[in-house]
This record gives sequence, C-alpha cells and structure tokens, in this order.
Amino acid sequence: MPYTGEPKKLISVVEKTRSERLSRKRKGEEFPLMSLEERAAILQKFHPDHKEEGRRELKVGASKGYSIAHEFADLLEARSRVAPDLVDLSNVDMETDVLIVGGGGAGTAAALLAEEHGAKVILATKLRHGDANTMMAEGGIQSATKREKDSICLHYLDTIGGGHFKNEPGLVANLVTEGPGVLSWLENLGVAFSKFPDGRLRSLHGGGTSRRRLHFCGDITGIEIMRTIRDEARNRQNINVLEFSPAVELVLNAHGHCAGALLYNLETEEYILVKAKATIITTGGCGRLHVQGYMTTNHYGATADGIVLGYRAGLQLKFLHTVQYHPTGIVFPEQVGGLLVTEKFRGAGANVLNINGEQFVNEKEPRDVESAAIIRECLERGKGVPTGTGKLGVWLDSPMIDILLGEGTVERDFPGKYIVYKRFGIDISREPMLVYPTLHYQNGGLEFNDRSETTVPGLFLAGEVSGGVHGENRLVGNSLLDVLVFARIAGKNAANYARDKARDGQMTLEHVRFYHKELEEAGIATDRIAPILLPDYTDPEVRKRQLTAH
Amino acid sequence: MKAEDNQETGLKEKTETGKLKLIPIYVMGKRYQVPHALTIMKALEYAGYRFIRGCGCRGGICGACATVYRKPGDYHLYVGLACQTVVEPDMYLTQIPFYPANRAHYDFAQLTVEPEEIFKLYPEVFRCIACNSCTKACPMDIPMMDVISAVKQGAIARAAGLSFSCIQCGLCVSRCMGELPQYHIAQLARRIHGSKLIPRAPHLTAAMTAAKDEKCQKMLGGLMKSDIRQLITSYNSREIEPEMAADDWTPANCDYL
Ligand SMILES: Cc1cc2nc3c(=O)[nH]c(=O)nc-3n(C[C@H](O)[C@H](O)[C@H](O)COP(=O)(O)OP(=O)(O)OC[C@H]3O[C@@H](n4cnc5c(N)ncnc54)[C@H](O)[C@@H]3O)c2cc1C
Ligand code: FES
Repeated sequence: MPYTGEPKKLISVVEKTRSERLSRKRKGEEFPLMSLEERAAILQKFHPDHKEEGRRELKVGASKGYSIAHEFADLLEARSRVAPDLVDLSNVDMETDVLIVGGGGAGTAAALLAEEHGAKVILATKLRHGDANTMMAEGGIQSATKREKDSICLHYLDTIGGGHFKNEPGLVANLVTEGPGVLSWLENLGVAFSKFPDGRLRSLHGGGTSRRRLHFCGDITGIEIMRTIRDEARNRQNINVLEFSPAVELVLNAHGHCAGALLYNLETEEYILVKAKATIITTGGCGRLHVQGYMTTNHYGATADGIVLGYRAGLQLKFLHTVQYHPTGIVFPEQVGGLLVTEKFRGAGANVLNINGEQFVNEKEPRDVESAAIIRECLERGKGVPTGTGKLGVWLDSPMIDILLGEGTVERDFPGKYIVYKRFGIDISREPMLVYPTLHYQNGGLEFNDRSETTVPGLFLAGEVSGGVHGENRLVGNSLLDVLVFARIAGKNAANYARDKARDGQMTLEHVRFYHKELEEAGIATDRIAPILLPDYTDPEVRKRQLTAH
Repeated sequence: MKAEDNQETGLKEKTETGKLKLIPIYVMGKRYQVPHALTIMKALEYAGYRFIRGCGCRGGICGACATVYRKPGDYHLYVGLACQTVVEPDMYLTQIPFYPANRAHYDFAQLTVEPEEIFKLYPEVFRCIACNSCTKACPMDIPMMDVISAVKQGAIARAAGLSFSCIQCGLCVSRCMGELPQYHIAQLARRIHGSKLIPRAPHLTAAMTAAKDEKCQKMLGGLMKSDIRQLITSYNSREIEPEMAADDWTPANCDYL
C-alpha cells in the first residue's frame, strides 16, 4: 500500500522544510527540551494514563481501592477458568524443583540460571518457546559500559528521572549494577552485538538518556538475544520446555507457600497439575488488552495473565496505573498498524513533524512526554496528518538519516523495518513514515524485591510482569536489561530456595475459592473469566454465529 | 475490548456502497470471503479463525506464521509470513506452523572455531545439492543456500552475516532436497561467530569491575538516599552527550564518573 492521494501530496511539504532542518541538525541545534514542569503539565493533559474515565478502583484483592485501567480491572474482577472443586490436587502430573511460567527472555534466562544452580526446571509457556515480546525488541539494551564517559550512577539518574523519581531505589540499583555483567554473559553465549572493528560496542542515545549507552544487534536486538538463549536452553538436559501450556492458576500449599501451578494444554484442553518447590512468573506484558482502544506493538500472547495469577495468590500491584505508549507506532499502512518504529530512528537523526513539516517536540524526550506531545499535536492543535484510512499521525522523517549518515544507512541499520515497508511499496530511505503512539509496555506489575522474591514464599518474579524497576515510565533499553538482570537473580534464588528452604505441604486452591467469595461479597456478578490467554479478533458478525460456549 | 473498535482488523476502508470490498481466498482448500486489504493473518481472523498455532509476534519477526500459497494459473509456490502478506483474490494457502528439524546438542563453552566442529554436529551439510530451494522458500530473503555453502567452506563469519535476519520459521527445512536443518546450522554458526570469532568488547571487564567497586557503590548509595529535590537538581544538571559526537567523547563534568 504505497502512499497515494492526500498523504502523498503532504510529503512534499516535509521535503520543503527538510534542508533547513538538516542544517540545524548538523549544527547541533535541537528543538528545546521541556522543563520538568512542562513535562508534568503535558502529561496531565494529554497522556492516556491521566484520563479519569479510563480507569476505576479495584473492589477486591490485595490492592483493593487502587485505581487502574478498566481493561486490567476487568481481568482482576473475573472468575477462574476452572472451578477449584473440579481439580484433583492429590493427582500430581509432573514434579520439578523450579517451575517457570512464561518462555520469553525472562523465563529462558531464569531457566538457564536455575539449571546452572542445580535445579531441575520445567518451563511452561503459552505459545512456542520464544513467541514473546522479547523477540520483538528492536532498539537495544542499556548499560553503562564505557567508563571514560559513563557510570552506573548516571544510568541510575536517567532511569529514575524517566520514571518520575518514583522507581524503587533498590531495584534500580540492581538494574544498573548488574548491567555490564549481563552484556558480558550475552556476549559469551554468542549474541552478536553491533561493534566497532576492535570489538568496542557501538552505542546510541535513547529518549531520556544522558549518555549513548543503548547497545544493539542491528535493529533486531530482541530476536538475537532470544534465539541465542533459547538455543542454549535447548542444550540443557535439565530444562524441560512445555509449549502451548499456559498456567491458569498458581497452586499454594498448607503453609501458604507457592507449590506450583495448574497448566492448560491449549490443544487438547487438558489441565495439568505441576508441583514445584519454587515457581517463577515471567509472563510478560499486556498489550493485547488494547488499553483505551490503542493499537499495540506486543505479541499475540501479551494478555497480562501473570498479573491475574499473582493477584489471586495475594500479591500487591505496583505502578500498574501507568502503561507505556510508544510514541512512534506505524499508523499507515493499516495492515501493519501498531508495529513499533524503534526510537533509534530518532536517535539517528529523523525529525518528528506535523502536517506543515514543522518540529513540535524534541525527539529525545522520555516516551510518555513524546507520546503526549504527539497526541496534543493531532487532537488539540489539529496539526496531525490524515492517513487516508481514517486515522491521524505525524511524520517521522527517516530520509534525513541517509542524508546525514550516508546513502544506504537506513537499509543497513534498520533492515527489519526497511523490509516491512518495502513489502507495501514504501522506501523509507526516500519517504517519511506515518506514526502515532501505540500501546507498548506495562510499566508496573506485581510487587517484588531486589532478590526477585514476592510476599508468597517460593514465588519469584522477573521481567515485564513485575513492577517497581521503572517507576511510572520506562526508558528504552531498560526493559531487556531488567528482564535479564532479574531473571538471572530469580533463577539463582529459586534454585537455592528449592534446595534449602522449600517446605512440602498439602496443595490447595483455597485462595481461588476465597477470591471467588470476595467477588461475590463485593457484588461483582460476572461471567468474565481470566486469565484470557488469547485475544479474540474474530469478526463480530462471525462471532454472533459461533454458538458453542468456549 | 469491544468488537466494534477492533484495533487489529481496523476495518475503516469501505467502498462507496458502505460495504467492505470482499475477495475470495481458499484456506486449506476452503473458500472464504475476506476484505481485500488485510494480511493473511487478519483475514483468517476475520473469517472466524482464532489462532493457537501459527501466530506469534504479529510483526514479522518470530517465524510462527510461515505460509505457502499458489495463485490460479501459476505453477509457482509462493511463501510468505501470514502477518505480513496481503491477501490476493483466489489465492490457495496453508500455514506451516511447525516443521520437524533435528537439532544437535552441544556444550557451547567447549566448542572451538574450527569448522570441523560444525561438520561433526551436522554432517548432513554435505548433503546439500545446491538446488537453491531453501533460498527461494525464505520469507526473509536470506540467501540460505549461500549460508550453507559458506558453512561447508568453513566461512563461519560469512554464514553468520548472511543469516543474521533469520527468524527460524522452518520453510527452508520444508523444501530441502538434502534434508538439512538449515536454521539450526545457521544458529550455531552465528553463536560461534558472536562469541568466539569477533573481538570481545574490551571495555566490558573494566565496566563490570567499576560497577561493583566500593567508590561507585558508595556514590550509588548516596543517590539512593537522596531526597527528591536533590535528585531533581542532579537530574537537571546532567551533561548530555552530543548525538553526533565521536565514540571517544568525554564529558566536561566528571561528577558521577
Ligand atoms: C515491539 C517491541 C519492541 C521492544 N523494544 C525494546 C527495546 O528495544 N529495548 C528494551 O529494553 N525493551 C524493548 N521492549 C520491551 C521488552 O522487549 C519486553 O518488555 C521484554 O522483552 C519482556 O520480557 P519478558 O520475558 O518479561 O516477557 P515476554 O518476552 O513477553 O515473555 C513472556 C512469555 O510468557 C508467555 N506467557 C504469557 N502468559 C502465559 C501463561 N499464562 N502461562 C505461560 N506462559 C505465558 C508468553 O507467551 C511469552 O512467551 C520492546 C517490546 C516490544 C513489544
Ligand atoms: S506472527 Fe511472528 S512472524 Fe508472523
């Protein structure tokens, strides 16, 4: 679907202002950054998180009274997929030291570390091993690796500044301190970072960074990391991977400790009871909930299942009142709507422009601020670009990159995006892209500590499902780092816990019965069930004709 | 999410009569009418399929949705990713969500950079008859046959470079006359290349030490205890590395180094 009609004509406006913008860029003149007060004001007015009508207070559970998006509240005010009475808890199907729920980056890294610390591991995942948000990361991974100009303290400052100074200090300290070690671990396993000829890592800026510390593998950092650690997991005899087997409920024991989980075979529709001495939830994010109707960058299985599991088992929620909208998601062509355009495009020099080809925001603002500015430009100032398919967007002027950094740079440094657009007849080294904010990341999640432990003994967390590391807003490249840092901690601590501390006891789903009772007492009569496992995109007309309950 | 504002199908584009322009496609031989501009994946969902297999990232990067199809009056076999390929009238398609491929087990730390290591683990590389079917089957335009011949010649770096954007969908394996598991072989080549052939980042060891040394941890401890006003002051006075600076740029302000 190449540009036609109106958008095609509007490209010439962008071209007209380009040479002047280029010369400003070359002189190092950037659009002014907002002050902290200006940031606060624009977020308050335009960021979707701040829309009162978009959220409500929870009526049940450990974080009762906490106000979060309806899409989350709907999941938490829902019943279990299974009636606890139907499950025979005396009949354990599989037993292991460590059970990991979720086979993305966090789950796989945790599995490797748990195995290295002597545990037998079952890794249960919803889709294929590696069908996960980790696979999709493009931008890169942050870490202060260049001593001459960077340090973990600067990384710390950038991170909490981006998170509105609300992040949990201990968690951020872990994040930045373990960073260089994680990169070295990846390099050891064979992850091919983009490097200078002497092996020095290439690095870029991201929104909100004071130093260029975003390390990357072309524009497919996530797949390079994911496929490498998955390959390594496949070498380990003591890691047993169960695909298409999502967890639908945690199982506790008589001591109130986590004792494993109930899995559901998506293909045969059987339930499988797994008993484990320690359990790690690594189920990732929530994009497929389409919070406030936004399109999303996330993979098919990002339905916040882990939040439901953990919450029913008694964990608290942290920072779940904020989700991250990535400022630059594709709005045209429609077929690939929602897909991420990495902020590295902006890092490499592409301007963000309105319908008149004018800049209206610095390209390096933190994501929430950048998104709010784009929403303001389109909705309040009326300077959005009509896509021709009934939506609005702004331009991301990618052709600037080839002009600034040399012919062929876009194709070489962004091969993934280049090919996506090429399939639709758009050459992004010649024509700009149309973008709009897209639901990207779950800033918050379940509460945990700097040892990856939760308030339920034997239950650990890592990755996007957790909350606290990023405060109210995550910086680019801090999630891959978070995922790997805390997964490695969780894997090790869960293995040690399984060996030294786990206590056997009668398995129970009493917490689910209790939760159901709480729902009733709160007057919530609903046929909603959660976790939802998979989104439903069936055409509504077809759905009306699907009469079998499922 | 309400079905009406279905963000995925996002069917805004209607014809003058207010109806969607529908075209016929054949899914595993069965005819369905679907909107003309959708990807195969969204068209299947429109038709009423709810994926368990054959759908992962929905962004062209995970390899879950490999699809093969033919068009009327055309003997070619076409390949594509269901999440990236737009439907065409009368296409005959099937997804290939899984294709068996044997993977060798190895102790990665013990492997050397000798090409013989790969030959031992995957002796079948020499069964390649250079038919180029794998290359033709690749939805990512990877010259897979050249990857395999690079491996045979011991050119591991070349194999790694050529296969860098491999999403391991398995279509190459499905078409191989020599019965090779190309994507596993390429994965091994890439890991050896990434870990053992290209120079290691020389600055990482120093950074690891620095991150944990006493001075640095003390400074970090100070930040962790700072109140929000102090933090805001420090945050606002950060010196920003210029975007276009050379990699050996050094800051004027060395406060936190
Ligand atoms: C398009 C995109 C680009 C990104 N780019 C960057 C970037 O450049 N830098 C960066 O740092 N971060 C980036 N991120 C964010 C980062 O990739 C993710 O936050 C991170 O990878 C999450 O890892 P995870 O292991 O926690 O979750 P995931 O990788 O999503 O893994 C979760 C896994 O759990 C499975 N699962 C879900 N529910 C269940 C269940 N009930 N039972 C069993 N299994 C279940 C899922 O199927 C999945 O396999 C990006 C994210 C996206 C979507
Ligand atoms: S669903 Fe991942 S490549 Fe299509």
